Amino acid sequence: MLRDPIAVASGLFILAIVVVAAFAPFLAPYPPDAGSILTGNEGVSAAHWLGTDSFGRDLLSRLIYGARLSLLGPALIIAISTVVGTTLAIAAAWFGGWFDQVVSRIADILFAFPGLIFAMIAVAMFGTGLVAPVIALSISYTPYLMRVVRSAAIRQRALPYVSACYVEGLPGWRICLRHLLPNVAAILLVQATLSFGYALVDLAAVSYLGLGVQPPTAEWGLMVSEGQSAILAGHPQESLAAGMMIILTVVAFNLFGERLAARQAVED
Amino acid sequence: MTLRLLASRLAALAVTLLAASIVIYGALYLAPGDPATLLAGGHATPAVLAAIARQEHLNQPFFVRYWDWLTGVLHGNLGESFLYREQVTSLIAGRVLNTVFLVAYASVVIIVGGVALGLVAALRRRAGVAITVGTSIGMAMPSFVAAIILITIFAVNLKWLPVFGAGTGFTGRLSHLTLPAIALALSWLAFTAQLTRAAVREELGREHVQTAHSRGIRERRVVWRHVVRNAMIPISTVSGLTVAGLIAGDVVIEQAFSINGLGSFLVQSVLDKDFASVQAVALILVAAFVIVNGIVDFWSLLLDPRLRARTV
Repeated sequence: MLRDPIAVASGLFILAIVVVAAFAPFLAPYPPDAGSILTGNEGVSAAHWLGTDSFGRDLLSRLIYGARLSLLGPALIIAISTVVGTTLAIAAAWFGGWFDQVVSRIADILFAFPGLIFAMIAVAMFGTGLVAPVIALSISYTPYLMRVVRSAAIRQRALPYVSACYVEGLPGWRICLRHLLPNVAAILLVQATLSFGYALVDLAAVSYLGLGVQPPTAEWGLMVSEGQSAILAGHPQESLAAGMMIILTVVAFNLFGERLAARQAVED
Repeated sequence: MTLRLLASRLAALAVTLLAASIVIYGALYLAPGDPATLLAGGHATPAVLAAIARQEHLNQPFFVRYWDWLTGVLHGNLGESFLYREQVTSLIAGRVLNTVFLVAYASVVIIVGGVALGLVAALRRRAGVAITVGTSIGMAMPSFVAAIILITIFAVNLKWLPVFGAGTGFTGRLSHLTLPAIALALSWLAFTAQLTRAAVREELGREHVQTAHSRGIRERRVVWRHVVRNAMIPISTVSGLTVAGLIAGDVVIEQAFSINGLGSFLVQSVLDKDFASVQAVALILVAAFVIVNGIVDFWSLLLDPRLRARTV
């Protein structure tokens, strides 16, 4: 992995952006909501490296603070859907029978809802903010993770070492936790990494539509939409800068996930 | 054989649609607060709430209410928006055409553009590298970011094409919806191009293609008759699925370009807490998504006899 320049570059980019998000107050030159309309829509200068938005807030600082929610949201979505999806998948592979049937049918129904539509129904029910879209998207990402892990776990379950453990008298939950889970972990990691990019785009789209976190919060999707009215006046910097951060982050996660998958294919 | 397959697929489709409609209708009861208040949109006097509860038979059990709603929907009655005091059907009537036009336009852009780019990338080595790099970036580009880039270029600098609204008539729509269709299509187009390239490359290495070459058949004929024809199977399946994906992307693009369609109406209804409209539009979009997916699924079975043998 360390000899793969694409994997190293994308991995370093992901690491850098996580560090920036974590240490935002120390790295950002200004607080995210400091500014005056009098200095709105300024261009690039020594004081404001990326210029200011229409409220005169420093764009670089808002991008840095925006990294926090923009990454936290998809991280929560992937964490929840991975834990729930893996648990259900391994249980379905282990028990088989009606449990597997029921879980698979529920997954089929969830596949009928595009994630964004599901998130919008949730916002209509529970109101705007981070919580409703994150929970809705977690639910709609769960079947994707589940499907991949389930088929891997079913393949593992058929291998002789599982029967060997069973004959030794190990309890089922222990075989699942200590033997099945570690053996599907690599596939799980690839799927979670690739899904992160999609989750980031979906959640940013929810914010862009005005249904996620609300102004004056700094968040990339919201910044794209807040900057849109200034485009016609010839100040596209806010929308473009925030959009660029979304693209770069998604590209980094996709490339890293693809390299992980490629390495795994070689190992198999 | 094919008929039996069609019947089983249709049954599965109907079950999925039914389950999805229960989820959408049940959202009204799962949401915090009382259903009448949700339908009223938040601000209503007790008298109005009582009237809504009476009109919608909210005192009836859930499945009775659901059944009424579902039979209404199947008869083209999508319920009443209490915010506008109007039937949802008439609220969306003027918007459906814009949405259908946009999604169809984007589908054509994806299929024509994606397959053409992928073919060039597979057959011409030099162009291939550039196209592969370009499509990798394109695939990671969210539609709304593509939208603001296009708006920046065309609204401020080039001014060739309109960037707001849907236009009227066929030619009006064609010019107004060109940029939205491109923004909506972009990431799927990139995806289709990469898929086409991979499929064509795989076919090029097949034995029957090498045999055709060794028999001295002209290059052009080999490509069209033996390579493209086989590569079309995975391409048509996946590009069909991307068309289904457009239905969610459409919501974002309509908002970005201020297009008066179903998607922007859904966003507005969510913000207004106009629950009846949210349910109606969500049901239409989910049903369209499920049906397109079902058609693509069946189409790929028809196209590839090997798949058929496995599933029956």
